[in-house]
Amino acid sequence: MTRPTAELRPSSSPPAAPARPVLAFLARPQFLALGVVLLVNWLLFPGFFDITWKDGRLFGSLIDVLNRGAPVAILAIGMTAVIATKGVDLSVGAVMAIAGATAAVMVTSGQPAILAVAVALGVGLLCGLWNGLLVTALEIQPIIATLVLMVAGRGLAQLITEGTIVTFTDPLLIFIGTGSALGLPTPVLLALGLMVLTTLIVRRSALGLLIEAVGVNRSAARFAGISAGVLLVLVYTFAGFCAALSGLIVAGDIRGADANNAGLWLELDAILAVVIGGTSLMGGRFSIPMSVVGAMIIQAMNTGILISGFSPEFNLVVKSGVIILILVLQSPMSASLFQRRIRAVKSEGGQP
Amino acid sequence: MQPLEPGRAVLEAQGIVKTFGQHKALDAVDFDLRAGEVHALLGENGAGKSTLIKILTGAYQPDGGVLRLEGAPVTFRGPLQAQDRGIGTVYQEVNLLPNRSVAENLFLGRQPTRFGLIRRKEIEAQAAQVLAAYGLDIDVRAELSDYSVAVQQIVAIARAVELSGKVLVLDEPTASLDRNEVERLFDVVRGLKARGLGIIFITHFLDQVFELADRVTILRNGRKIATQDLAGLSTTDVVRMMLGKDVAFDHHPSGLGESVRGAPRVTFTGLGRKGGVAPFSLSMHEGEVVGVAGLLGSGRTEMARLMFGIDTADGGTVVVDGAPATIRNPAQAVAAGFGFCPEDRKIDGIFGDLSVRENIIIALQAKLGWFKALNRDEQIELAGRYAEALDIRAADHDMPVKLLSGGNQQKVILGRWLAIDPTFLILDEPTRGIDVGAHAEIVRTINRLREEGMALFVISSELDEVVAYSNRVVVMRDREMVAELTGENVAPDAIVQAIAGTLPAATPIAKETQP
Amino acid sequence: MAILKKLALGAGLAALLTTAAHADLTGKVIGFSQIGSESGWRAAETSVTKSEAEKRGIDLKFADAQQKQENQIKAIRGFIAQGVDAILVAPVVATGWDEVLTEAKEANIPVVLLDRGIEASQDLYLTSVASDQVKEGRVAGDWLVGTVADKTCNVVELQGTVGSSPAINRKQGFEEALAGHDNLKIIRSQTGDFTRSKGKEVMEGFLKAEDGGKNICAVYAHNDDMAVGAIQAIKDAGLKPGSDILVVSIDGVPDIFSAMVAGEANATVELTPNMAGPAYDSLDAFLNGGTVPEKFIITESKLYTPADDPQGEYDRRKGLGY
Repeated sequence: MTRPTAELRPSSSPPAAPARPVLAFLARPQFLALGVVLLVNWLLFPGFFDITWKDGRLFGSLIDVLNRGAPVAILAIGMTAVIATKGVDLSVGAVMAIAGATAAVMVTSGQPAILAVAVALGVGLLCGLWNGLLVTALEIQPIIATLVLMVAGRGLAQLITEGTIVTFTDPLLIFIGTGSALGLPTPVLLALGLMVLTTLIVRRSALGLLIEAVGVNRSAARFAGISAGVLLVLVYTFAGFCAALSGLIVAGDIRGADANNAGLWLELDAILAVVIGGTSLMGGRFSIPMSVVGAMIIQAMNTGILISGFSPEFNLVVKSGVIILILVLQSPMSASLFQRRIRAVKSEGGQP
Repeated sequence: MQPLEPGRAVLEAQGIVKTFGQHKALDAVDFDLRAGEVHALLGENGAGKSTLIKILTGAYQPDGGVLRLEGAPVTFRGPLQAQDRGIGTVYQEVNLLPNRSVAENLFLGRQPTRFGLIRRKEIEAQAAQVLAAYGLDIDVRAELSDYSVAVQQIVAIARAVELSGKVLVLDEPTASLDRNEVERLFDVVRGLKARGLGIIFITHFLDQVFELADRVTILRNGRKIATQDLAGLSTTDVVRMMLGKDVAFDHHPSGLGESVRGAPRVTFTGLGRKGGVAPFSLSMHEGEVVGVAGLLGSGRTEMARLMFGIDTADGGTVVVDGAPATIRNPAQAVAAGFGFCPEDRKIDGIFGDLSVRENIIIALQAKLGWFKALNRDEQIELAGRYAEALDIRAADHDMPVKLLSGGNQQKVILGRWLAIDPTFLILDEPTRGIDVGAHAEIVRTINRLREEGMALFVISSELDEVVAYSNRVVVMRDREMVAELTGENVAPDAIVQAIAGTLPAATPIAKETQP
Repeated sequence: MAILKKLALGAGLAALLTTAAHADLTGKVIGFSQIGSESGWRAAETSVTKSEAEKRGIDLKFADAQQKQENQIKAIRGFIAQGVDAILVAPVVATGWDEVLTEAKEANIPVVLLDRGIEASQDLYLTSVASDQVKEGRVAGDWLVGTVADKTCNVVELQGTVGSSPAINRKQGFEEALAGHDNLKIIRSQTGDFTRSKGKEVMEGFLKAEDGGKNICAVYAHNDDMAVGAIQAIKDAGLKPGSDILVVSIDGVPDIFSAMVAGEANATVELTPNMAGPAYDSLDAFLNGGTVPEKFIITESKLYTPADDPQGEYDRRKGLGY
């Protein structure tokens, strides 16, 4: 309903502080959460922040977090766009398995690696296109539409690999999974590159706004002349592409396509990353970089649990506890408290 | 159930006020219901009918005014309490459990029990007996969903009466019934009236009002217009009261009429859709406002939806500025330079979480496509321009549009369409549910746009408003365009007569005009 | 190609079999309700069960339950209706079998359980063929105890899925073997969910946490897949798996043998996919001689090290569908 107070607000005090966008960006609960998780990791394992240079690349637990978090981060980039339209894609884990299986079977049967990679990514695009068409042309609810491929996709991957783990020694695929360039692991570079590229594309073009409009109010979007259907197909297709890329990384990492386990349950991690990043499951406003931060929070937590030495029975309890904490931290109520604090601090010390 | 003395006031409301945000849904409304009468409650969408009913049945608390039940002041803390005190309600959508038996539905929540066990046999016997009084001889053990909507409706009425017994509220009970079922329902209602119940009857079928009701109360824009005996009233009187004058507008600008109209901008020929609106032909000219009048459900919104491609027409052609155009979806309509401010702002209009600025530029951006993005400066400039032109009051244009008042939201949507510089603009109830200031502002804007040469198609329930800005008025009745009024006939009286179907020969639509 | 594959298969089976095959089941019809194909080992079990049947002239009716008990029950009812001579079941869950097995019993069709037990009256099935998971862990532990002798050795453990019976039992057996040998200590233990990628990720964390791996003398993985992942992590950390860090695991899948060939794995305990061989043998004895077999037939938990012709073992297993 309408709220009269909003209009009574004097227009002389702008709520946003464009003077310091970087500070405003960093003053978000997600960064606080990431900081806290990293700090706890450091307390559990004092060498956590140590980074060394070895064999032409950086080594250290922090790099591991980035590297291990990359597949989920890439999934989350695609998932963000889908969730922004008020949808969800449950099939990305299965699509990872399909893409990995496709590439592995192709290189082991003697096809050139570059072709295998291209076909695997193409298969991911097709899977996403399938989801998009189910959602738009047949108007099936996203959660059901993508559930189809979530279940069938893994079966498809198993058919491709004939139920075995297809191992390979192809240098390109292995490079995608475990190689490094510029001192960073390839998966990190791929995730980073995809994040920057996607963010630039959606924010420099009108795509971001139109996606948000569709997510906020699909009916109004239709009335405003936005071709929601085409946009929806696009975001699901993109999510399929991201899943395929992620699947290539995971396969390259273990030098084999494990149709049974590759990407298993990762769709849930990706959704969680997006939610932690602040994009609502109700659609609308989204931030791709924040989803990537969300993925990093999850991975930092996983890595922390690994090096903590806790018995594995505690894994899920610890994880869910931290997640609840993060979600409470960024709930609207505490977010407003948090922002007020920041503003107060800024106005005290922010005078030049 | 003790017999009620006929004619005595059973439920009274005095000076009821209800405000939502800035919007006054009810403004000092009086209402009284007598025992043994059927009292019709009429008004267009947004008149305040449903708000009043919700207050009478305890779903809302009034912000001001007094409710009296049999003379004693009452406050209902919720619908259950109102029900206990004697006020039962039956909605259009039967509000019972379809997969339970008829008997269970009748006694749900108050089954006679022994040692905590439901006494099924007793319930069933009692149910059969109760329903017999309503002329229903059915197997009460069968599931409710086995029976027609009409029977379910009567079961719901029986339940409400048995539960409450003083006042029965019927909210659009006949909307999904056929003629015979309506008769059957009316017999039941007449029986209850004879038993001394006070019955409030809400419908948008005027003929049913005249058939069943004794008195009528008419609401418009949250105010009571009249409470009168129906005997002695004509359909035309009722329509006039429903659509009458609220806000004083400037009189017709001189020279408004067909003489000033320019070249045709948009021509629809034989556009229609089965189950939506019968095929119609209409041409909109440069610098012309075509007003649309008709009651709720007459097909006026359906007409606009067809023009804008929201519903796909079964047939017909569209010509825009002399060239044939295909309009099968809103994107094509926007590409052809059409704009559409929908009736339901909240559902079809605003993007609540997006900013005022984004809400203003969104249609233009959709028209420009994905890759010709308006940059931030251009957006700020556009938003500023239209916010100023339409006097949109927002603290800043980055705030979510959902925080604005209804009137300002409406102006934002209007601004959105002005930003694409449309050739043809459709406005569906542009002034509904907004405050008086914004109302006048929008009417002024419509006049200004016409003077600037735009072709407009404006649907409104407010006749004086329609008359104030229209060059021509088309009248809809029963999903058909029944009259096109020009010149002298663009006047409230003529329109009311056309709606009521009593207009002698005011330019009846020649079905096969237009090439 | 097919012939070559068959030859290799035959050679492999000769080694796998503990009992020589009779021809007495020739022409018998046996129904096999398999869980599904969720792992390489499962696929190998299916293919060995089929080839063993072929060798004995058995007409094997195969039904894949795709991880659903209802499908298995349906398949078993189908076998009963067809009047098969015997039924093999690899049960997907432990409970809910009483009714359908009673039906089989009333139809006088013997039922043999493969590789997993059930909670039901023992007279509802002829016998059950399974491995001893605790023993598998113990064999792996014994090997490590024997290999490191008196030296101090910090062991890291990659557990299977938390709460799963192989994870619990293989952990227990390994700990039993290490008990009393204070020079061996399990310093870290985490779950790798039986997968390569989790195995690699967890090992990566262990290496970082234990001074780049310098504190770790051996890794014990509850299955070979996690060990293969761990081997990659060890290599990525610049250490040599197999010598800097000993690698011992369980299952005997082909890839662990190729790791052994490369000198990167030290020992594996075989979980034989040939559950069907002993099952057929006992059915043979029962149907032809009336001999009631033991209720629980335990398969051998054989230890393989690089001394046991890993290349040969790899080749033998390659075609089985792992």
